[in-house]
This record gives sequence, C-alpha cells and structure tokens, in this order.
Amino acid sequence: MTLHTRSVAELAAGLAHKEFSAVELAEHFLARIDAANGALNAFVTVTAERALAQARRADAARAAGRAGPLTGVPIAHKDLFCTDGVRTSCGSRMLDNFVAPYDATVVERLDAAGTVSLGKTNMDEFAMGSSNETSYYGPVRNPWDPRCVPGGSSGGSAAAVAARLAPAATGTDTGGSIRQPAALVGVSGIKPTYGRVSRYGLVAFASSLDQAGVLAPAAADCALLLAAMAGFDPRDSTSVDRPVPDYVAELGAPLRGVRIGVLEEFLGPGLEAATGALVTAAIAELGRQGAEVVAVSCPNLPLSVPTYYVVAPAECSSNLSRFDGVRFGHRCREPRDLTDLYTRSRGEGFGPEVKRRIMTGTYVLSAGYFDAYYLKAQKVRTLISDDFKRAFGRVDLLVGPTSPTPAFAIGAKVDDPITMYLNDIYTIGANLAGLPAMSVPCGFVGQLPVGLQLIAPHFGESRLLAAAHAYQLATDFHRRLPAAYA
Amino acid sequence: MSPSVREGWEVVIGLEIHAQLATASKIFSGSATAYGAAPNSQAGLVDLGYPGTLPVLNQAAVRMAVKFGLATGARIAPRSIFARKNYFYPDLPKGYQISQYERPVVEGGSLEIVAEDGSRKVIGITRAHLEEDAGKSLHEGLPDASGIDLNRAGTPLLEIVSEPDLRSAREAVAYLKKVHTLVRYLEICDGNMQEGSFRCDANVSVRRQGATELGTRCEIKNVNSFRYVEKAIHFEVARQIDVLEGGGKIVQETRLYDSARDETRPMRSKEEANDYRYFPDPDLLPLAIEPDLIEAVRATLPELPDEKAGRFAAAYGLSPYDAGVLTASRELADYYEAVVAAVGAGTAAAKLAANWVMGDLSAALNRDGLDVAAARVGATGLAGLLRRIQDDTISGKIAKEVFELMWAEQRPADAVIDAKGLRQITDGAAIEAAIEAVMAANPKQLAEYRAGKDKLFGFFVGQAMKATHGKANPAQLNELLLKKLAAP
Amino acid sequence: MSLTRSDVEAIARLARLEITAAELPVYADSLSKILSFVEQLNSAQTASTEPMAHPLAGELQRLRPDAVTETDQREKFQRNAPLVVAGLYVVPKVIE
Repeated sequence: MTLHTRSVAELAAGLAHKEFSAVELAEHFLARIDAANGALNAFVTVTAERALAQARRADAARAAGRAGPLTGVPIAHKDLFCTDGVRTSCGSRMLDNFVAPYDATVVERLDAAGTVSLGKTNMDEFAMGSSNETSYYGPVRNPWDPRCVPGGSSGGSAAAVAARLAPAATGTDTGGSIRQPAALVGVSGIKPTYGRVSRYGLVAFASSLDQAGVLAPAAADCALLLAAMAGFDPRDSTSVDRPVPDYVAELGAPLRGVRIGVLEEFLGPGLEAATGALVTAAIAELGRQGAEVVAVSCPNLPLSVPTYYVVAPAECSSNLSRFDGVRFGHRCREPRDLTDLYTRSRGEGFGPEVKRRIMTGTYVLSAGYFDAYYLKAQKVRTLISDDFKRAFGRVDLLVGPTSPTPAFAIGAKVDDPITMYLNDIYTIGANLAGLPAMSVPCGFVGQLPVGLQLIAPHFGESRLLAAAHAYQLATDFHRRLPAAYA
Repeated sequence: MSPSVREGWEVVIGLEIHAQLATASKIFSGSATAYGAAPNSQAGLVDLGYPGTLPVLNQAAVRMAVKFGLATGARIAPRSIFARKNYFYPDLPKGYQISQYERPVVEGGSLEIVAEDGSRKVIGITRAHLEEDAGKSLHEGLPDASGIDLNRAGTPLLEIVSEPDLRSAREAVAYLKKVHTLVRYLEICDGNMQEGSFRCDANVSVRRQGATELGTRCEIKNVNSFRYVEKAIHFEVARQIDVLEGGGKIVQETRLYDSARDETRPMRSKEEANDYRYFPDPDLLPLAIEPDLIEAVRATLPELPDEKAGRFAAAYGLSPYDAGVLTASRELADYYEAVVAAVGAGTAAAKLAANWVMGDLSAALNRDGLDVAAARVGATGLAGLLRRIQDDTISGKIAKEVFELMWAEQRPADAVIDAKGLRQITDGAAIEAAIEAVMAANPKQLAEYRAGKDKLFGFFVGQAMKATHGKANPAQLNELLLKKLAAP
Repeated sequence: MSLTRSDVEAIARLARLEITAAELPVYADSLSKILSFVEQLNSAQTASTEPMAHPLAGELQRLRPDAVTETDQREKFQRNAPLVVAGLYVVPKVIE
C-alpha cells in the first residue's frame, strides 16, 4: 500500500470511503516510524498502543455514523504540547521524566476531532533553536539528506511529515519554528495569527510570540487541521474570541485580483542566489495566476532579529524559572541547600543554548539594562509592526523566502549563535507583529527543498491558505518525497 | 509623643498591607481559596506553575479592588497592567509573582485616622494593586528540610501601600485598624490576622526633628497583629536611633520581627540585593475598567465606617469615641442599631444601649472569644433586658446579673427575672418595712448617724438592699431611707 | 557590550544556573556577541514610540467568573514531584 504518499485530505477521503480503516492507517504509519525513526530521530516517544486504541475508537465512531472530516487521520505532536499520561519532554533533560497530567487545548481539540496520535516529535530544547541540534535527544536528520539539519525548532514534526512517518504534525512557531523547518524539508506549514490557536498546554518559550500551528504536505491539509485546532479558549487570556472561518471551504478563492507585495528587505544580500531564484520564480507563478505583484518595503524589518533576541530571551528567562527541581522536572542529587538545589538542577537540566538564552534574558531585564535593551526592543517591535500595518494598507499578502538558504549541514552553525539566529531573519517579523504566515515548497536547490513564505494581515488565514493552495494546484513540489522514503 | 521616641527624633512609617480578597476561587485559576485544607489539595495546575498553564483573571478580585479604591476616594485606573516580579523561592511556584508594577488598579486614595494628639489626620494611600499570594514553607517535622504547601499560592491579594505619613507606632496601628475595619465593611477581606488574611509590613525610618530628607528605611516583615506592629516599630525605632546616635549608619534591609524575642533581625533570605526584573506579563492583557463597572461597584458600597460613626454620633447623641467603638465592625454596628430600634427612640435609650453593647456585651464576647454574630444574647434579647431597666422592673445592677444568666442559659430577660424572682420592689410599704427592720437591728449606727455621722448613710443603703435581696428600686430606697433616718 | 567572567557569574547567579569555570569564558564570549548584535537596535529612532508588549494591540483582558472549577488532584500532580512527604513538596531547609 502507498497510503503514505497521500495527503491528509486524500487519506480522510479514503477513510470516508472505507478504502481502509483507521487501524490499518495507524498500523501503516507506526510501521514506517518503526523502520525509519532510527535513522531520522524524528520521534522521541511513539505511543503505538494509544494510537491503535484511538484508531479503534475512530473506526467505531465511523461505523456509528459519528465521523468528522479528520476521524481516523494519524498525526504527531511536537513534544511541547502537554499530553495527559504521556511524557512531554520539550527536548530537554529537564523534562526527561515529566509526564503531563493534562492535555493541551490543541491536543484535546484534535483528539475530539478523531485524529490518532502516533507520538511526540523531537525538537530543539524548549523550542530554542533553528536546526534541531539543541535537543537532549540528539539531532533530527533531514530526510532529503541525512547529513543536513531539518531546521527547527519543530524539526521532528517537519522530518516526520517529509518522510511521511506521519501525514501531519503539530508544531509551534516563536520565530519561524514551523515555517523554517517546513521549508527545509519541503512540506507546508502554517503559523496562525497570535491568539487564533490556544496556547494552553503548550510549554511556553516566549509567550508574546509563541503560536501553535501545523505542518502537512499541502496547504489544503493545513486548512483541514487548522480548522480543528483554531478557536477561542477561555483558559488562554490571549486567545481571541472570534469565529473561525471555514478554511477548507475558502480554499477555492482565486488569486485573481489579489495584491501581493514582494518584500524588498527579504531579497537583499543575505539571500542565497539559488534560493532567491526559486522564490522569484514562485512569485512569478502567483502573478501568472492573476495576482497583482508589487514591491513593498518594511524598512524596520532588518531589525527583527535583534528585536527578537531581546524579547524572546527576556520572556523565556521568566517562563523557565518554574523549572526548579521542586514540583516536577529534573532535580539534582543531594542538594546542599536551596541555592544548590536550584542552580544544579537547572544547570544539569538545561542545555547550553537554553542557558544562553536564559542568561541573555536575565541580563536584558536586569536593573540598569532594562531600558536600553528590553524597552528599546519593545519600541522597535512597534516600528516593525507599524511597517507591516502600512504594507497591508497597500497589499493583501506579502511574499518572500522562508529561509535564506536550504538546509545546512549538521554541526555547521552550532559554534556561532549569531549565524544560527540569522536563519530566522525572514520569519521573525511575523511573530513580532502576531501575523499569520506560512511556508510552501517552491523548488529544490540540488536535492534540498526551498520554501516560499506568505504573510497575511491578522486573522487572514483563509486568504493565506487559499493563495498557497492556488500555487500548489499549479505546482507539484509539495508532492515530491525524498527517494529513501517514497 | 510616643514613649519610644527619644527627644529630638522623628519617626516616619509607611505600611504595606496585604489583604487577601474574599473570593471563592483564586485570582488566576479556578482552585478554591478555603483556609485549612489538606496540604496542596487546593493547588491546581495553574497554581503549581505547571508547564503550559496560563492565568485567567478573576472578575470578583477586580471588583473588590475597585470597591476599595472607591471607598478611599482613589483613582481607578482605566487601564492597568500585570507584571511579573521575578525571584526564586520555593513557595513561589512559577519563579515569578504576577503583580502590578507600573500601572496599578488603584492610585491616590486616603483614610483619616485620629492622631496621637487627638486631632484628625489624613493618611495617603499611594496605591493598591492586585497580585497573587505565595504558598507556605513549613519547617516543622522535617529534619534539615522544609515542606511546601501551595494551597495559598494564587490567592488574590490587594496590596495597599500607604504614604510615609505615619509618625508613631500608635498612628501606624490606628491606620492599620482603620484599613482592617474598612476591608471588612466592604466585605472584600475577612480580616483574619491569625490565618494570615490580613498582613502587614512596616517601612520604618527615623530622622532628626526638623530634617526634611527621609532617613534610610528598613522594611519589617511578619508583623501580623496590631500588638506586634506596635512592638516591632518600637523596637525598630529604638534600634535605629541607637545606631545613629552611636555614629553608625542604617543599612537599608528587610528585617523580620521575632515576636518571641520582641526584636527585629535581618532576613537571611533577603540578604542578596534583589533584582526583580519586572516586565509586563505577556500572558495577561491590559486590564480595562470601564465607567459602567465602576458605577456598578459604587452601587454596592455600604455605609462606610466614618459615615456610620458620624451618623451614630448625630442620631444617637453618642460621643465620637463611642460612635467609633460601635462602628468598629459592621456586625457590631448592626447589632447596636438593632438594639436601639427595639428599645425605642430617645437619646437616653440610645446611650443605655451603647453602654451595654460596649460594656457587658463586649466583655462577654471577649471573655468567650466570640464574634458579635455568635453572641449568646442577641440584639432582641438585650433589648428585652434594657426595656426592663427602663420600666423599673429591675435595677441596673440586677440587670447585670440577669444578663449573665441570659448569656449562660440563653433565655429571654423576662424568663430569667421571673424564675429568679428578681423583679424590682417598687412597693413603698415593703421598702419601708425593710428599712425599719434595718434601723431596729442597728441602733448604734442609727444613733451615730443622727448625731451627724452622714457617711453612715451608705451603710444603711447597703443593709436595706441586702434585706430586699438587692431588688429594691434604688431611687425609691434612697428617698425613703433619707426620710426615715432623719425623723426620730 | 563585552561581558566579563564575573558579569556572567552574576547573571548566572540571578538566573540560578550552575556554570562551570570552563564554561564561563565560552558564555562570556557568546553573550557579548549577542549583546553587541542586538545593539543594532540603537539605530532605530524610537523617541516617540510606544513599547509593544503584546502583538494584538487593543485586545483587553477577559475576566473569569469567580467560581471554583478545580478538584483535588494532588496525587496525580505529585507523581511528577521529585520528593514529597505527607503531601508537601520537600526542599532543603528554607531560612527566612
């Protein structure tokens, strides 16, 4: 059977037509995980028994006429969504022994929609990284080239979908953590508007930037899954109480007449030429379909990386203070006193990149430096946000590359944090402004995929998904699989 | 001048009061706030700071803060911001406390107290802000270890910060009592200091009389009774003056009041200068308080203690002091008014009621450690007793005896009076008979009295009262006795 | 901005992170690079700019009704706790 080559939408249709059962589907993907995870390291926990139990329930629901569009569809969850009774590690030694006692809202909603959870995917430790190399469980390999990174921090989810170990996977995006790995492994990934999907149960990295989303082969798949994930949650004060459009129904909106702005700042010197050429070609394709393409400038956007590397560490330094070895998580052996308990538990539990960010954040919030760093960054964040607002006064969507280069070699950038941070130069702006954005495959440099990024105004997911869908009707990059996993 | 303040020195005190708000659930979670539950049985996911959990603000806590602001004439901020105060402590699960820093919900209120010299003095309230309480560290029963109970974590607090307007320990206590009375009137805090529902830190400094700059202050923690506030401040003022007079300098620090030793000492946990790294909590949005909400809360404001005291003084002819005592709690004031309503109009009745409420009733409550709500003689019962005084059925003295029996047996006044035969003797003939018997039994004293030894009159009153078992109407007895003793 | 070893020690102490002597210069170097990098922000004119704490301007805090919705789940929640005695989380002695 070649079930795994099908998109989520196609699998859902197959289930609906009883071509195969949810149990068969789950078994198929569990077998693929079994065969390939040793090489890819995409999953840190596989919940085969739970998956099969869920699949049996899905089949029963379908037999009873209670199936929804996603009933029986297998998915994977990034390992920072809390899952009741299943270890939630966040890719950290700190939470190696942590079994969440509750479900994240996203998990709860996808469960309620009838999806079958195959397991938890590897990630950069506490989502801090762009290469999946900071995971306590080791790096994830890019299915297109095992010497390369899959991007991060949702690297496990991205690799799992790219190698079709799962038809789709949840992710989170704080500075590009869905879009950049989606681009680097050749799948589609959407980061919705801040507040569109509940953050409850998502272990926080930077609360004003974190947003949950999904990675899947096609934009249409993302629409299907996002429809189940999105919506108001009274447990998240930053969740927005606003109706969720019918993303699937609105996929058909044509590109004709849609004004698309090409971000000048994204096509500058930092962009690798071959990647740039593919992105330019993709933009031309959007134009061919009737979109009106214009050049747009957001002059403060180049400051998005430095802004992010103040705001995100500041929030993370506070968010991660709860890991103190008292109520959950790693605790050092035989602490001498309270300070020893804290410093050793945290020193042992966190990896170097997490420590670096906690210290950066601690510093920029500390007395005497708050105004110069944190407050300044919050002001520049306003400038960046205002740039986007102005741009969206002229255009309906913004486009550009997702990442300046295709996937790089494992180990190539680990010694220089700044070089690593600059990977996210095109993705961070949307997080700072809270905008929905997605990445779709738009070609290959050699055998490595490249992503096209689209950004919409707040709550413009429908247009974003429809534009990406229109592009994918005309292209087949999203349908290609790495040879080893075809 | 307070006894502890030495000549030439002035004391400057500001209080930070933490009032636990009387909500059913916590400020940011749906966990219960009840006191005394099994350890950690009221610590839910949010209170424990579990990864992934998020705070959602309790509307009742907001309304209570607004209520306090309105009652103290403060400004209610149309937009206020929650911030994180970052520090590590085992009773602080998230490693930060959600509080308000730059934009608190209440700013610029005031309360009036009676100062040392009896004059009225306005004490400024800088701000009152909402925040979450921490848990508790328990040190008993575990060798070299502490146990953490997080039931209290997340209980809503209103931190009420005064201006440094207080000039003595007594003023500090007067202000503290004022706030204590107010929060209970407003029904926003139960005021239970033993359970920690109402706590106080004192910022104390001293300066030379006439100096305009403030001295270096110390913050005294853990002063959780009115008495300890007074004692702790006395100790601290004396300590600071000693240091300064000895040529030393005051180090700004946090000190703990040790009530067992009656001293303050530096807190070890606060030795390291704290850098709290406040920043706006990204999990919470700006808190908007619209005029509609303010007006809705205003409509629920009760008569405030000062207003009530003023009305009592005017309507019942009470002294300001008595009016203050009777309005110290809403329950006591209500009790008093219920008694007055039952015994009838007139300032004489109102004063009689005041004396009884402040006297025998309060004494009995204190003795038995009861709240007025649990008084064993209710307002109706006390009114029944006072009516018997008014209609001369019993004397004031017998009434005290009746009251004690009512308290012990929980029976109405009339039932006690009848059962014990305590009805006052107002029959002139019966009193005359008793007097004649006393005169006959004490010929020597009678002769001396008639020879001019006037002070023996009291002796005859006592004997005659004894003969009537204390039931003779005292005025009648006096009158008849005077007449009988005079006429040979 | 260049951080010294002792700066890093002070930050690590504030953040309650044990950093070994060997790691100190490594963090001093990378943190200095990060701080120098973010100093680009000084090129932006922000004299009249309001700081942005939240990506959705104008959204306001929603309030929750004052209702107890949680039940006692101590046993479940304490399964993750490294050390519990009689329902209490145990830590080395807290000195006040």
